[in-house]
Amino acid sequence: MSEIARSDAAHRIVVKAHPIRLYLVVWGWLFVLSAFSYLVDYFHLTGTLRYSLILTFMMLKAGLIVAVFMHMAWERLALVYAILVPIGAILAFLAAMAVEADYTLLTRLAFFSAGQ
Amino acid sequence: MNTAFTEHRTREPESGLATIVTDFSADQRAFRNVSWGKAMMWIFLLSDTFIFGTFLIGYMTARMSTAEPWPNASEVFALEIAGHHLPLILIAIMTFVLISSSGTMAMAVNYGYRRQRRPTAALLVVTALLGATFVGMQAFEWTKLISEGVRPWGNPWGAAQFGSAFFMITGFHGTHVTIGVIFLLIVARKVIRGDFDHGRPGFFTGRKGRYEAVEIMGLYWHFVDLVWVFIFAFFYLW
Repeated sequence: MSEIARSDAAHRIVVKAHPIRLYLVVWGWLFVLSAFSYLVDYFHLTGTLRYSLILTFMMLKAGLIVAVFMHMAWERLALVYAILVPIGAILAFLAAMAVEADYTLLTRLAFFSAGQ
Repeated sequence: MNTAFTEHRTREPESGLATIVTDFSADQRAFRNVSWGKAMMWIFLLSDTFIFGTFLIGYMTARMSTAEPWPNASEVFALEIAGHHLPLILIAIMTFVLISSSGTMAMAVNYGYRRQRRPTAALLVVTALLGATFVGMQAFEWTKLISEGVRPWGNPWGAAQFGSAFFMITGFHGTHVTIGVIFLLIVARKVIRGDFDHGRPGFFTGRKGRYEAVEIMGLYWHFVDLVWVFIFAFFYLW
């Protein structure tokens, strides 16, 4: 119990130490990055440029929210890895389904065009 | 030799990958500096990440494998405002509203740890209002699309899966925001009543209320914003 209370107090001091300014700066960056993502659509960018910009702004926004707003940057690595490593399973699933969807499209195109 | 052994045992690494080994091999707690409430919220959020991850993967699979053209989200979600045709404008405003609510939430957590009751409660209420605004705009968007003939089984512009993916993904996200607004109002009430200053136990528990509840609430709310970042990128912009 005393250990829990002590670690909680230590954590509170760490969180307390952040000035409000930090959150306002991150907030501002999230606004700017969202505006940039919107402009990608507004200016009708296409192809690789569009997709790479969308992904870049998305990852920067997600990183800022998780690291600063959710305080992940100040957590111990044991918690950080316990949360972030399993997300690799989603990426593996994504890769598998991308291959599968590609194959499904191929068979659909072959099937539907054969009937005509 | 015996003293060298104990010295080695008691010297724990302060940083780096070695802390993961010592934390996970600890005899009592793997997540030090983290209360059970916070650890459980993180684990819940990880499970929710899998839920939304599989939704978005399902959407990707449907969109990649359909032989029909996919409706152009930029035009589907466009609005006429004061005679100007603005693509995707409602979604952009919803994004800014949700990001603003995340900003006020982060500040509420910060004031909570400073044990400033009134600013914490006020910022929580502002966060809840922004969240309710987001849900309201989403209701408007759903109404508009339904009146234009979008259904889970079809729509006037192309691949039928567009409607099912849209209602499924934004519906689940909107539900999360709605639950978050209710959760925010409950926590705001506890803060303003001074529950966390006097350690008043919660309704379902004998444990003393602490300002950490505001931070745990914040984790959930930031996660809702985080999910929207991915929905915005993959469903609306892609």
